[in-house]
Amino acid sequence: MTADSPAETGWFAELEPDDSEGAAAAITEGTAAEPADWPKLAVEAGFASDAEEYYDRLKEATTAATRDAVERAERADDRQLVHAVRTMDDCTRTANELAERLAEWAGTIDPDAGAGVEYARAIAGEDAERDVGHERVRSLAERVVSLADEAEDLREYVERETPTVAPNLAALADPVLAARLISLAGGLEPLAKKPSGTVQVLGAEDALFAHLRGHASSPKHGIIYTHDAVRGTHPDERGSAARAVAGKLAIAARVDHYSGERKPELEAELAERIETIQSRTADGEGDENGGGGE
Amino acid sequence: MSDELPVGVERHQFDGEERLATQGEPVYGEPTDGEWRAWNPNRSKLGAMLALGMETGLEGGDEETVLYLGAASGTTVSHVADVAGPTYAVEFAPRPARDLLEAADSRPRLFPLLADARKPETYAHVVERDVDAIVQDVATRGQARVALENARFLADDGRLVLAVKARSEDVTREPAAVFEDVRDELTEGYEVLEYRRLDDYHADHLGIVARPR
Ligand SMILES: C[S@@+](CC[C@H](N)C(=O)[O-])C[C@H]1O[C@@H](n2cnc3c(N)ncnc32)[C@H](O)[C@@H]1O
Repeated sequence: MTADSPAETGWFAELEPDDSEGAAAAITEGTAAEPADWPKLAVEAGFASDAEEYYDRLKEATTAATRDAVERAERADDRQLVHAVRTMDDCTRTANELAERLAEWAGTIDPDAGAGVEYARAIAGEDAERDVGHERVRSLAERVVSLADEAEDLREYVERETPTVAPNLAALADPVLAARLISLAGGLEPLAKKPSGTVQVLGAEDALFAHLRGHASSPKHGIIYTHDAVRGTHPDERGSAARAVAGKLAIAARVDHYSGERKPELEAELAERIETIQSRTADGEGDENGGGGE
Repeated sequence: MSDELPVGVERHQFDGEERLATQGEPVYGEPTDGEWRAWNPNRSKLGAMLALGMETGLEGGDEETVLYLGAASGTTVSHVADVAGPTYAVEFAPRPARDLLEAADSRPRLFPLLADARKPETYAHVVERDVDAIVQDVATRGQARVALENARFLADDGRLVLAVKARSEDVTREPAAVFEDVRDELTEGYEVLEYRRLDDYHADHLGIVARPR
């Protein structure tokens, strides 16, 4: 048999008939450009004595592979996300606080001391670009950097896992915002049970969120005001945009919790709604600038 | 209009009402009568196509092989497996796949596969070629594309039995226009034999039967 003969790309190639773990992995990880008459090839290759036995083995392998995948998806559950996104925010906040402390201290020994995590990166490590000549200050900078790096790794984890736990929510909001909503509600199920009016103001009283947001906007707004569709809307219409976003996110949370199916039409419906809302102020803005317009 | 139902699908009385039914373990709370379980056309697009008398080309019998795309929790594919032979059930989302596993439990020739129907190469090492029918109900954007990509599995005289959801393609357009585009795009690889709106049972859905060209 040549290396690219079809039998060698079938899921059963290189499998002992009784290797059920290997079989499940072969189902999940294998690929082939084209299908072939697998039952016949498997019998020819001695993997099964006849088609019936082949199908029995296939049944066992596909069941095990699917069960594994389902369980893996369920382990990446909403509790994991809640912890990850809270820890991410804690790491970010702590890194920023310590960076402030570092800037104060370093200011007494380094005439060119900067601020923030960026400055910490410049002086952290043995072969840092700058040597402040003070071991404790350098060490503190290293803690700041590793906390900031941990926050970044957690963000990547949240971005990767949220679509499995809440595919529609993650598609409609960005995965991090979706995870924050789940976290603020205390889980996907409680979020799925909230009316959209509550979803709209989730995070409004949250001190951490106020901190992350800075002091720019009024605290009566929920975290969904960070959603692109709300931010990208003229301030006069932001309330309507926030209501539209909250309405769709509430539905997405319900679909994610109760069925888990992907419903791409939710995105299209939201996009359409936001476009309508924004077109109201496309004219409005023209009016505002109308006086000096040319 | 056809009165030819696949072997194993029969009209049966449930509470004085005649309904389509197959023999197997119940899956979604459907009424049963002995071995028979009612096939609810409001829960199943294929069920609706059969109830409307479309000629799906499905024959039933242990020799018939089927590739089912978009199996979800197994509502429809369980009926298919009740009457057909080896049935490959592809579903993308893990959560419905948990229920699919349960439906597959009592059906020794129903093979669950957690995979993306837009990437046939990720299951072509498992699904055999020359299947007699592809049944597709993925309700996602690019439904014609999915059917074309999977044509490689279908026998020359096989049938594609497709349910198209208009809203999945474009919520803002007239369903009729969406359906026309889908039928057009399908001609790249298929000849459409019959199509019919399923609105009696599923709003803004089209049922299509086609064969490879
Ligand atoms: C309308 S439901 C199918 C219902 C099912 N056919 C029945 O009647 O029992 C659509 C299913 O297609 C799945 N789906 C969507 N895109 C998919 C893809 N690219 N590959 C596989 N399944 C997909 C969804 O997760 C969902 O479970």
